[in-house]
Amino acid sequence: MKLFEYMGKDLFRAYGIKVPEGQVAGNPQEAVTAWQAVGRPVVIKPQVLTGKRGKAGGIRFAGSSLEVADAATAILAMEFGGQKVDKLLVEEKITIVKEYYLALTVDGAAKRAVLIASASGGMDIEEVAEEDIVTRHIDPAVGVMPYLGREVAGRLGLTGEPLKQFAGLVVKLYRAYQAKDAELCEINPLVWTGEEFIAADAKVTIDDDALFRQPDIPRVEEKTAVEKTAADLGLAFVQLDGNIAVMANGAGITMATLDTLSHLGGAPANFLDAGGGTGTEGTAKALDLLLSIKPRVIFINIFGGITRCDDVARAVVQFTSTREVNVPLVIRMVGTNEEEGLRILQEAGISAHRVMAEAAAEAVALAR
Amino acid sequence: MAIIIDENTRVIVQNITGRQGAFHTRQMLAFGTKVVGGTAPGKGGQTVDDVPVYDTVDQAVRATGADASVIFIPAAGAKDGAFEAMDAGIKILVIITEHIPVSDEIDLVAYARQKGVTVIGPNTFGIVSSGKCKIGIPSNHFFVPGPVGVVARSGTLTYEIAGNLMTSGLGQSTVVGLGGDRAVGLSFVEVLAMFEADPATKAVVLIGEIGGNAEEEAARYIAAGMSKPVVGYIAGKSAPPGKRMGHAGAIIERGKGTFAGKVEALQKAGVQVASLPNEVPGLVRNVL
Repeated sequence: MKLFEYMGKDLFRAYGIKVPEGQVAGNPQEAVTAWQAVGRPVVIKPQVLTGKRGKAGGIRFAGSSLEVADAATAILAMEFGGQKVDKLLVEEKITIVKEYYLALTVDGAAKRAVLIASASGGMDIEEVAEEDIVTRHIDPAVGVMPYLGREVAGRLGLTGEPLKQFAGLVVKLYRAYQAKDAELCEINPLVWTGEEFIAADAKVTIDDDALFRQPDIPRVEEKTAVEKTAADLGLAFVQLDGNIAVMANGAGITMATLDTLSHLGGAPANFLDAGGGTGTEGTAKALDLLLSIKPRVIFINIFGGITRCDDVARAVVQFTSTREVNVPLVIRMVGTNEEEGLRILQEAGISAHRVMAEAAAEAVALAR
Repeated sequence: MAIIIDENTRVIVQNITGRQGAFHTRQMLAFGTKVVGGTAPGKGGQTVDDVPVYDTVDQAVRATGADASVIFIPAAGAKDGAFEAMDAGIKILVIITEHIPVSDEIDLVAYARQKGVTVIGPNTFGIVSSGKCKIGIPSNHFFVPGPVGVVARSGTLTYEIAGNLMTSGLGQSTVVGLGGDRAVGLSFVEVLAMFEADPATKAVVLIGEIGGNAEEEAARYIAAGMSKPVVGYIAGKSAPPGKRMGHAGAIIERGKGTFAGKVEALQKAGVQVASLPNEVPGLVRNVL
């Protein structure tokens, strides 16, 4: 779960990391009030969950109430990657002597957290040359001690006071990262003002699987309405652009189903992993969800293991006989109790297949 | 021969009295797995399908001589259960549980390395050495002994491909599910090396997916001198960037872990990559 910048900064502040002084505003009046509270020239930033706000012209500087109100009005009317702007962060404009990059994240290949730092801050880390990036994997049994921060600082070319301050900052950032089950804590840019380091931005992502033990972290909703409904039902769902609604059981086979449809010239409308052991009720809820995205055809791909084909078949027949289903269903079914499942479907006049590619081809044809 | 587990592996089931634990204990026994015990704190002395239940893994290991354990403990308690097993001397740990916090996974994988424990998962279907031992949840009828080693990140897709292989008359030596999460115990590279050394394995099927760089590392290993042929399939060709496709690991982030990059890396290493899952058996036949 991604946090908005101001939430990330609240978190950093709580762990002793310096952030610019500022306030959140929801309209131009509040922005002016925030500017007055800061009492200095400010930067005004949209609170959206996408990067590249600056490149899209969404970050403005202002030094008078008129400028603040104008900038706030303009930014609140913008959209970033389809996201509307509900909130602005109005904060002091800080003196920049040099910009750095500092982040902690998960490296799945190394099976460890990794610290990433660079003296080329302010730009996308992907655009920084490999040799200008310092990375250190973190042994979970050791954690981050100040020496690690000093070592990284030294490699970034820091000396004296900045080196010592940087080391302390790294320790604090890891403490926040660990305590809050973050999977990303990124500060870009990390600004050296000539006197101290200030986190001018904050990108924090919390591990979804750890939210159960993080009651103090505010909840941020990034999903579409349909995706949210699916999440409430415990289904893994992602909305896509096509017109063939898809339901399968298992993340890998669901992806393979989408790939097969695309390979045959079709366009999937969604990713829906109904998981293992899909029962009657679960199947009906998943089908309701698929109907709500108004597809041309619904394609169900079941590989029975724990999931039993006859259970799914009965659930589908029950669903079609009690609901008005005005799109064709194409079903592929193999595995546990497939004979019984196929018989139930055929008796109900629903197209049923054993071979995935054949079923996918029919779904693609029906969607045309 | 097979890799990691065989007919001599002695298995305990952690949370054996739970719904999944009890069901799969029965399935594993039916497969022929030597399930010698189980644990459920506070329920020591009971039995599940004649398998004795112990309060702790330590008690279970001392009483049964178990060397492997399979964890069916809900996410919040899975780390505790994994450490308990490793401290009790378990050497092969299969963690079925999904949605374990990634920092817990990092902790337990690091401890396993220190203790010399092989971890399968988390968020895995398990591991099957056909005709010998199954530790995990796949249906028993997908597996017949044969020359093909299978290593995958994903469950049902593996059954699909194992089923296709079986229909084509191709059995498997061992089928390994690495797990769908980001920080899992084994990598493709480690399992490929085991298959390379296993006399029963004549060819390997690698089932990958978008996200991470495990397939690219596998390609480097294969190119560096793996002698046995490898056939690949990568799921997620049509997945948009930034959207997590079910698995925690299946996401294209910052332009990394793309389908095209993985396929290109594997092909450069001499791997035949199937466009669709049903092409896998044909490609395996060609290289055997």
